Amino acid sequence: MNEIVKPRRRFFARAAAAATALVLTGCDRLSRTAWFPRVLAVADKWNYNVAHAVTPRSAMAQEFAESDRSPQFRSNGTADPGTDEYHALAASGFADYRLAVAGMVGQPKSFSLADLRALPSRTQITRHDCVEGWSAIAKWKGVKLSAILDIVKPAPGARYVMFFCADPMEEDGTDFYYESIDMDDAHHPQTILAYELNDAPLPVANGAPLRLRVERQLGYKHAKYVTAIAFVDTFGNVAGGKGGYWEDQGYQWYAGI
Amino acid sequence: MPQDEGRAAPSRSYLYDRHKLPVRVMHWINVVALTIMFMSGLQIFNAHAELNWGKSSYDGTPPVLTISSRESASGKITGYTRIFGHEFDTTGVLGASTAANGRTVRAAFPSWLTIPGNKWLSLARSWHLFFAWLFVVNGIAFVLYAIFSRHLARDLTPTNADLKGIGASIKDHLKFRHPSGEASKRYNVLQKFTYLIVIFVLLPLIILMGFAMSPWLDSLFAGWVDLFGGRQAARTIHFIVAWLLVAFVLIHVLEVIITGLWNNMRSMITGRYRVTEEAGRE
Repeated sequence: MNEIVKPRRRFFARAAAAATALVLTGCDRLSRTAWFPRVLAVADKWNYNVAHAVTPRSAMAQEFAESDRSPQFRSNGTADPGTDEYHALAASGFADYRLAVAGMVGQPKSFSLADLRALPSRTQITRHDCVEGWSAIAKWKGVKLSAILDIVKPAPGARYVMFFCADPMEEDGTDFYYESIDMDDAHHPQTILAYELNDAPLPVANGAPLRLRVERQLGYKHAKYVTAIAFVDTFGNVAGGKGGYWEDQGYQWYAGI
Repeated sequence: MPQDEGRAAPSRSYLYDRHKLPVRVMHWINVVALTIMFMSGLQIFNAHAELNWGKSSYDGTPPVLTISSRESASGKITGYTRIFGHEFDTTGVLGASTAANGRTVRAAFPSWLTIPGNKWLSLARSWHLFFAWLFVVNGIAFVLYAIFSRHLARDLTPTNADLKGIGASIKDHLKFRHPSGEASKRYNVLQKFTYLIVIFVLLPLIILMGFAMSPWLDSLFAGWVDLFGGRQAARTIHFIVAWLLVAFVLIHVLEVIITGLWNNMRSMITGRYRVTEEAGRE
């Protein structure tokens, strides 16, 4: 046996053991640092940029046949906002519901459900992809967000549309759900505020009376129980500053992947 | 080679430059990227530990795979795995396992197999989608290198002689008999086919099925995901290919060990491989 080989073998054995330990415990330690998840999040920007570069702006999410619809559309997250205000609205069939649209717009406006139903609508059978991994297919009907844009006329500086919701995410009734999308998605023909699910009024469990459908992104972007919309140039000053309830918990703002 | 019957024939050995630097660097980058992608992928799977075939998860047909757990009236937790309706008790590994702190955790894959170890979908996605870039860029670099350096044509493409020797090579592998001397400098025919399948079938397929799970990239060509059976089928294929890659790695590492662990490791680190000419054998 070569004299140099033994120490070298020992070195390799130790290196291999160290590498294994590094993978098993090092990754968890890195996960808990403040800086490492920020490094990983750099890929979110690459994903957004490359996905937008390769996909035409108007590329349509796949639409399905009636027969592809899931027997029941799963309710995930909030199934009932649970507040007195919401229950009062629901009790009257959302007759007193108003959608407030404000922020960087030429014409702030508030819409009743009847107002929204009178605007140009779109019906689409699409697949809902949850970040957890499951998918469900359903038929949605709603007002095209672009129709609302035509009425309120966003200012040229508006970069994002924010959606504020009626469902508190904390037990004590605070931390209301919210989301945001960019202006490209806001103009997309399949981006609608749905008031019907499978040919019936949107049920409470699925976001009554109005929920966002932004079909080329994952489920958590599709805010339920929407009560207000704001056009902004930044969302950094709202709640956790990441543009949405789940984004504030570490989920990616761009949920097209 | 003439052989001297009287004395033990001396075996001649020398170092041979087996793996070029770019191949070695890309090999180890791939080890890191694939390990992290596999382990973070299992953590992502844990968020919905079911696989379906079809366009959606809820089309009336039962899942092809479920990993879950149930608690008895007495509080005993049982982990189970159900494949095509057949249920197996997998307590301890799948469905329910013991974490480092001794607690029983009801998760599909155990914490020692996932990144991060505890339930943490958002960060698992961050790990997965970051290292996906490293993996894809590295993979593209390798394929370009393999083509233009002629590594693909010279070392990976089976020759006519290789093809004629498939039967013999299968027998050799089953008997754990491996070439020495001049023949050990080249990849054998089964090795070549395995590498080609991994590089040009499994890895591109797992990437494509990753794309198929992206609702954004699904819109690139309407309905392309249905060519693979739909989005949930794509998720199932992604999962199966991940485990095929694990099977490849296990066989690969087994072959590395039985054909000379340290010689092989050195050749993939420094490039140098010791070729031993066995006396008396052509």
